[in-house]
Amino acid sequence: MSRRTVSRTYPIDRIRTEFPILGTTMRGKPLAYLDSGATSLKPQVVVDAELHYLTRISANIHRGVYQLSEEATVRFDEARDSVRQFINAGDEGEVIFTKNATESSNIIAFGWGRKFLKTGDEIITTELEHHANLVPWQQVAAATGAKLLFVPLDPVGRVSPDAVESVVTERTRVMAVTGMSNVTGYMPPLRDIAAIARRAGAVFVVDGAQLVSHHPVDVQSLGCDFLTFSAHKMCGPTGVGALYGRRDLLEAMDPLLYGGDMIVRVGKESATFKGVPDKFESGTPNISGVIGFGAAVRYLQGIGMEAIAGHEQELLAHAVRRVGEVPGVAIYGPVTEQGVAGGVSEPGGILSFNLGDLHPHDVGAVLDGEGVAVRTGFHCAQPMMQFLGVPGTVRASFYLYNTFEEIDRLVDALNKTLEVFS
Amino acid sequence: MNIADDLYKEIILDHYRSKKNRRRLDPADYHQEGVNPSCGDDIELFIKTDGGIISEVTYDGIGCSICTASANMLCEALVGNSIEFAGKVLSRFKGMLIRAEEPDFPDSAADLEAMQGLRDYPVRIKCALLAWNTLDQILNDIQSDEKPQSLVDTERPG
Ligand SMILES: Cc1ncc(COP(=O)(O)O)c(C=O)c1O
Repeated sequence: MSRRTVSRTYPIDRIRTEFPILGTTMRGKPLAYLDSGATSLKPQVVVDAELHYLTRISANIHRGVYQLSEEATVRFDEARDSVRQFINAGDEGEVIFTKNATESSNIIAFGWGRKFLKTGDEIITTELEHHANLVPWQQVAAATGAKLLFVPLDPVGRVSPDAVESVVTERTRVMAVTGMSNVTGYMPPLRDIAAIARRAGAVFVVDGAQLVSHHPVDVQSLGCDFLTFSAHKMCGPTGVGALYGRRDLLEAMDPLLYGGDMIVRVGKESATFKGVPDKFESGTPNISGVIGFGAAVRYLQGIGMEAIAGHEQELLAHAVRRVGEVPGVAIYGPVTEQGVAGGVSEPGGILSFNLGDLHPHDVGAVLDGEGVAVRTGFHCAQPMMQFLGVPGTVRASFYLYNTFEEIDRLVDALNKTLEVFS
Repeated sequence: MNIADDLYKEIILDHYRSKKNRRRLDPADYHQEGVNPSCGDDIELFIKTDGGIISEVTYDGIGCSICTASANMLCEALVGNSIEFAGKVLSRFKGMLIRAEEPDFPDSAADLEAMQGLRDYPVRIKCALLAWNTLDQILNDIQSDEKPQSLVDTERPG
């Protein structure tokens, strides 16, 4: 167990036993899962929480006076409170359950942007964005006549406060920025951007799909107005996400979906709607998923997000060094500049690279054969690929359960790839 | 079986390394671009015909080794042959990969058999089919005697 981690106190061995899939194989080799950026593995406690609902409760929420229905409602509300605490939102009305971060982004863009943006208003964003935090704004810009402006990135893909200032005008209404690039792991200076947004009177939207799963986030001290994230990237189930929004903003917005569960009274010609969060949650939600989401954030809190982020930084440092030694490797993003310890204060646990002139899929395929799961392609971030000047990358991403040995296996598999294509 | 042996057979790697047919034809009688949106692969085919015979065929673009090897095989298999021949090879290639039919290729297209191993790697089948789906579009256009225009998303043909 000597090389699993640097930190002696991080409970890596226990954590690994809590994820049943880590005991399995892929293509006949022990699974080395280095694709948590796409979706994380699920611990047994999350599976158990969902299973408990499905096998012991099963009833719908907010309906029925019988015991099981009450219990379902209690568990559902508990999950909302767990997620609220996890990001330190002020009140429960500010946490809306959605199906994923993408839906959360669309609720902001269409529920707020479509309603309040006018011709000539400006939306500031970056080329770092995942399509989920870009395409909805493109659509809303086209529909309202608002303009999209991009913060100029530095040569390794960083955002400086000065660069943000350089695109702010009196027409700036929205700043939509990722909390952590899903391509390079780079984390923009959110607090500085929040301050700029506040001075500009703009709404500050943070795409937290990567950030919230890997780092401690406190929406109140961060100063964001909206935050989007997905349960499945943080040990929870697929099909559930969350939208955090400042209460006054949410109250002013219109929902995207209308129907049951979100109404106060319905007549033949019109209806009145509930307040937040209910007005955004019409129809029967993914109840088992939400309950699993609650279990996931409590699980992460039990280990501690600081500890997890620290573990990922150690893994990243090891990966930058080891992968960097493979002949022909080009690593993308700020980690290239001075290594991890220098320059970059808080890089997320993501390493994007290419191997010589090999296509990322070819690298990924040989890695697959060695039991090493990585993501290959453009990572739903085509503007970022254009910025990097590559059609795609190989991306290894790390999470609380990964080890140094898995990174060493990645390196062995990369060397094998070179042999296959030599 | 090992993935490297299954998927990356020497014969496939030879076609991948060969740059012989990787160039643009200008002018070409037929030119079509095909993309696989999920992986970003993007292949253009260029064809010159002469009395129902494909006199020249080349490709250019970005793709993985399976994708570009398949495009190169396409060029080697079709040059000097008729449009009908191209249609026949196309349908046999798709038959082998999609419907698991036994390979049955004419001699000039025999190398395509090496792609049979892809059946065990379903996500990569679309890599091998990109150039061929692009060809399919050209063959349709030849039949309707109309020059092709738009970009085809070959992951969702028709
Ligand atoms: C930075 C970022 N934003 C948004 C998303 C979208 O998440 P989802 O697909 O769960 O909606 C992702 C997922 O890949 C992401 O990495």
